[in-house]
Amino acid sequence: MDISLNVNGTTHSHDIEPRTLLVHYLREQCGLTGTNVGCDTSSCGACTVHLDGRAVKSCTVLALQAEGHEVTTIEGLAATDGSVDGALHPMQEAFRDHHGLQCGFCTPGMVMAAVSLLDETPNPSETEVRQGLEGNLCRCTGYHNIVEAVLAVARESS
Amino acid sequence: MVSLQGKRVVRREDHALLTRGGTYVADVVDPLLDGAGHVTFVRSTMAHARITNIDVVGVRAMPGVAGVFTAADLDLGLSPMAVPILPASMARPWLAGDVVRFVGEPVVLIVTERRDQGEDAAEQAIVDYESLPAVAHVEDAQNDEVLLFPEHGTNTAAVFGDEGDVSEFEGCEVVVRQRLVNQRVAVAPLEVRSTAAALGTDGRLNVWLSSQAPQSARHAITKAFGWELESVRVVAPDVGGGFGAKIGLYPEEMLVIWLARHLNMPLRWLETRSENMVAMGHGRGQIQHVTIGGKRDGTVLAYRLDVLQEAGAYPSMGAFLPYMTRVMAAGVYAIPKIGSHAKSVVTNTMTTVAYRGAGRPEATAAIERAMDLFAAEIDMSPVEVRRRNLIDASAFPYTTATGAVYDVGDYRRALDLVLDAAGYEDLLAEQASRRASGEIRQLGIGIALYVEITAGPTAGKETARVEIRPDGRAMVYTGTSPHGQGHETSWAMIASDVLGIDMDDIEVIHGDTDLVPKGMGTMGSRSLQLGGSAVLEATEQVLDLARRVAAELLGVEVDDVGLDHVQGLFRRLTDAGVNGVEGAGVSWQQVASAASGEGGSLTASADFKATTPTYPFGAHLAVVEIDSETGMVTLERLIAVDDAGRVLNPLIAEGQRHGGIAQGVAQALCEEMIYDDDANPITTTFADYTFISACELPSFELVAMETPTPANPLGAKGIGESGTIGSTPAVQNAVVDALSPWGIRHLDMPATPQRVWRAIAGGAAFNNGKEA
Repeated sequence: MDISLNVNGTTHSHDIEPRTLLVHYLREQCGLTGTNVGCDTSSCGACTVHLDGRAVKSCTVLALQAEGHEVTTIEGLAATDGSVDGALHPMQEAFRDHHGLQCGFCTPGMVMAAVSLLDETPNPSETEVRQGLEGNLCRCTGYHNIVEAVLAVARESS
Repeated sequence: MVSLQGKRVVRREDHALLTRGGTYVADVVDPLLDGAGHVTFVRSTMAHARITNIDVVGVRAMPGVAGVFTAADLDLGLSPMAVPILPASMARPWLAGDVVRFVGEPVVLIVTERRDQGEDAAEQAIVDYESLPAVAHVEDAQNDEVLLFPEHGTNTAAVFGDEGDVSEFEGCEVVVRQRLVNQRVAVAPLEVRSTAAALGTDGRLNVWLSSQAPQSARHAITKAFGWELESVRVVAPDVGGGFGAKIGLYPEEMLVIWLARHLNMPLRWLETRSENMVAMGHGRGQIQHVTIGGKRDGTVLAYRLDVLQEAGAYPSMGAFLPYMTRVMAAGVYAIPKIGSHAKSVVTNTMTTVAYRGAGRPEATAAIERAMDLFAAEIDMSPVEVRRRNLIDASAFPYTTATGAVYDVGDYRRALDLVLDAAGYEDLLAEQASRRASGEIRQLGIGIALYVEITAGPTAGKETARVEIRPDGRAMVYTGTSPHGQGHETSWAMIASDVLGIDMDDIEVIHGDTDLVPKGMGTMGSRSLQLGGSAVLEATEQVLDLARRVAAELLGVEVDDVGLDHVQGLFRRLTDAGVNGVEGAGVSWQQVASAASGEGGSLTASADFKATTPTYPFGAHLAVVEIDSETGMVTLERLIAVDDAGRVLNPLIAEGQRHGGIAQGVAQALCEEMIYDDDANPITTTFADYTFISACELPSFELVAMETPTPANPLGAKGIGESGTIGSTPAVQNAVVDALSPWGIRHLDMPATPQRVWRAIAGGAAFNNGKEA
């Protein structure tokens, strides 16, 4: 069936099977492969994107359910001036400066979750950051530098 | 230019990973892969069974099905053994044909036009099984009552060392024995296994593989199928974590690669997490028996470690790892007599492979638990017992009773540093106070010292090539294969320091066998010490070549040419050095242009060979709180001293330690890959497997310590696995320490609330420490 979605400010229209998950739609139809799939039980959060500015696990949303809403993926988070060195979102910058990523696979979902976390809790404690990221798994960093990055962004914006 | 050595340089890899995500195998876009078929496997639902019939008629009728293959359709012989010492009679079939030996073993391969069609088609496969008795646990399997390979006659796949004799512990006033379980865990990189393969117009097969070692993979593929090495190109694009489980190839990957050539059809394969949990190699899985003996003054005289290693259904790297465990059995202690025996035994479970630390965490867990048991038996502080037995800093190089030759170390200083950073005396006072008042939340303090072996077991080697382009930019080609370790940044730092070329003008190339045909990949904490040293040597050779060219351009003798690192210019060397010399120098661009103009090129290769493996060491201290009413354990603090020699980039080295610590804590507290008594896997998804999250961890307290090794010009030892090795026993010892008022001397991992609660419920009456 036909679907029309606003992704990163651009309208995408495709003919899809009704069972298509949002994450598969983003990756396979829109070619936005920054959003990853790390599990099949909605546990890992690698597929986290924003739906109207709030974090959702895009493996747990049908593409059809996102119709009429604004979807933002990691590709749409930074200022999109097209240049390689375009300005990063403060969260992306903090992840880089604090070495909050290694293999990078969990990173897009982790960054999207972290941005949403600070939207909801602008000045969190370390415990609140850790609890807020419970649904996003990382195997490389031990979360230490991820938590530091999120706290650093919170400090700078408060 | 100021030296970059020791600088916290942020990673150049990160921009792409943060703005558009990495390009993992499933993300690769290549014209050769246009219209690629998708591979799906039908997997065994039985742990041990004879296959009586496979009916794929229904599969073929499903939409989009382009091919269906069973064992009968393949003529490939046996798959190769990962380690030569393992018996070929236990080789794994490419697809199970007659017998399945673990849940998740592939039985049918389906090719479909779209990936989702494969899942639908797989449900139509009908496999009839005649169930066979299954053996899930290694202690049962070693009795050979149920045989996985009857023609082999035993479930034992490998034996290491001798059985020992009772005289080892003669003269000991105290002997303590304990059975320890170093449980099986899932490796669980965030990216699952994935492969793509397509024939190029030149007839060569292009393979994209989520791999830690693409060059080795190329050799393994061509050897297994009898193909020419040159006929295959392997590319490891961005790789979403490996942790040891992506060193070797699995039958699923090999079949996709073989089939792409056999069918002349581009193919992709991407497993699900549920498949990954049961069919990617698992880590650890040892039953250990430790015996430790000594005097009541704290002197340890003898130690024995007997290991029963779970090999899984088809023995691979995991079956070999007790070799590493035995090498490192002595830990950081000068123990006169050490005995060790190990046996690897097959069970109806997924194969075990290398997992962060790979045999060494098991050794450290055993000796560090044994030291605490010995301390408890003679009623001495665990710190004091350790102090009395540490190898002295003046004794290096030190040969252990197991034959390992430790390069450098200062274990006493590592211990002092960690105790100081932790505020050990204050912690003891806090613990005593809580015990005295019988608080519900009791404190546990655990200490573990470790020494491990990296870039081993024998002295390693790695390759690098450095080339200066005519535009003055440098290209660094490395045989290592980073998947999160930041080599693009670190190798550029090394080259920049030698050449005086800005890091931004240095490109690092890896993971494509067309561009880097030789290499060993990234595993065993080998990359910086071997791969980095190769980069250093190749870069220094290029500098030598450049100075010759510069000498001609400057019209001076080679010995009179110096490199001004600040300006990146070659100048005539004077008594005053290269800086501030009058007269123009020549740039890298001029030198490189001149070299290429003469038909030459500024390029050099180095095969760096280390003289010895290295032995990183450290000390970890864990503080846990246990809720004595619920059994819940909370890790409050983790303080770590990790000495990996000279640190090139502390930002990256600390990240390696953080990640390792978290995985080590995970084993101690929550993670376990569980099979029931019938060998059915229980923890098959991330909903069931207790993968450690940010919630279960504190921020870590890292203490710096650097004792350079003489084994390589960088003075570097491995850092990738240290965190995992030190943290597991530190946390486990802390849990047992917290439980000691109930008379508990040992608790196996993981310290789940249920296990801790049961231990308390079954323990002695709480002793508040007021009565001696």
